[in-house]
Amino acid sequence: MIYFDNTATSFPKPPCVLEAMAKFMNEIGANPGRSGHRLAIESGRIVYSAREALAELFHITDPPRIVFTANVTEALNLALNGLVKPGDHVITSSLEHNSMMRPLRCLEQQGIELTVVQCSPQGRLDPSNIESAIRPNTVMVALNHASNVIGTILPIAAVGQIARQHDLLLLVDAAQTAGVLSIDMERDGIDLLGFTGHKSLYGPMGTGGLIIGERVDIEKFEPIKCGGTGSRSEQEQQPEFLPDKFESGTPNAVGLAGLNASVRWILEQGLDQIRSHEIRLTKRLLDGLSSIPGVTIYGEQDPEKQIATVSFNILGKQPSEIGLRLDEEFGILCRVGLHCSPASHKTIGTFSTGTVRFGLGFFNTEDEVDIAIAAVRKIAEEGR
Amino acid sequence: MTPSQYAVILVDSTSHAMRIERLLTQHQIECKLIPVPRQLSSDCGVCVRFLQSEREKVVQRLNDTGIEVQGIFDI
Repeated sequence: MIYFDNTATSFPKPPCVLEAMAKFMNEIGANPGRSGHRLAIESGRIVYSAREALAELFHITDPPRIVFTANVTEALNLALNGLVKPGDHVITSSLEHNSMMRPLRCLEQQGIELTVVQCSPQGRLDPSNIESAIRPNTVMVALNHASNVIGTILPIAAVGQIARQHDLLLLVDAAQTAGVLSIDMERDGIDLLGFTGHKSLYGPMGTGGLIIGERVDIEKFEPIKCGGTGSRSEQEQQPEFLPDKFESGTPNAVGLAGLNASVRWILEQGLDQIRSHEIRLTKRLLDGLSSIPGVTIYGEQDPEKQIATVSFNILGKQPSEIGLRLDEEFGILCRVGLHCSPASHKTIGTFSTGTVRFGLGFFNTEDEVDIAIAAVRKIAEEGR
Repeated sequence: MTPSQYAVILVDSTSHAMRIERLLTQHQIECKLIPVPRQLSSDCGVCVRFLQSEREKVVQRLNDTGIEVQGIFDI
């Protein structure tokens, strides 16, 4: 079996992740931040350790600025619903996942203005198009760091500069890039960074977060849920400080134990090593697929300009049919269709049938890439 | 209650307590996270306990890193 669906969720996970989670369930188990007994403190320490590891990864100095959420969708919903008010204008791109687009469309119904800046069919975003979309009431630019459909990396740092010049907040969806590309909130001008634990951070599902930069006014940032935090228990009002203001309810501590282990594993490997392995695999895959007659590849087709996600189609075949054959006949697991991103497929011209997507990860090998190329060649040749 | 040799740092959240614990430990200042003593607050969280004799060093470290605390109290 060859797992090429790492863009949806990475699999397998590093063994240290499973060990950390088993240790938590077997030996710790208590509620972090509630109670003061030794197990509760140990549980809290693990959650805090995950904050510290992520702070190191994203180069931030203040770990409590990391608010844990269930996934990146919840993080983006928090940032958008908590900060954007009716009458405000938000700029986004035509390469967004529905995790960004749907909350924005929902807010549009409630009276915000939205501009979706068109990207090129390769997924290229021209930062000057962001600048020319700015209006007097623009408050935020909300962008994907890399496309989950074609892998194209967006020019976040250039947009960050523009956002700072115009005093706008920059919200970045790092679902596909956290743990692969270097992200430095200060250097890249990012004010709000949403991440998910279960993709390129190699942690478990049910973990993620929003990192809140220093330019964000916490007082004006509304939580999307209120409740118990283990702090200020004498008050019936939500506390105002980070991360508690946005972290009500018992967190996924066992998941965060796994995420703590996975982020430390990434720091140990080094982003450079992870990225260069993925570049090597992506290049091999792109070279192989592009040599097959009838195969169309979408996006930049340049391993340096994209993450290890490659979308393609075979002339005369439906993506759904290709996906089923890859699974049943070749044991290759991938994702076909629209990948929760109708906007991206409209941008690249593959709406409404979609594409076949290979999402490679750190645990994939060159041999697996070669087997997959041969499988696609066989399917493509049959139809000719 | 008999006076002890300890003082505690009250903070906003467990995250802050963890952060201070890490900071003090790094600087070889002995400390321990304990439940907030009832006489100080009705909070159900934790605070950082240290030896009163280390108070000056503790305050210095907190000031250096700019971590906000609710207060330091002898217990």
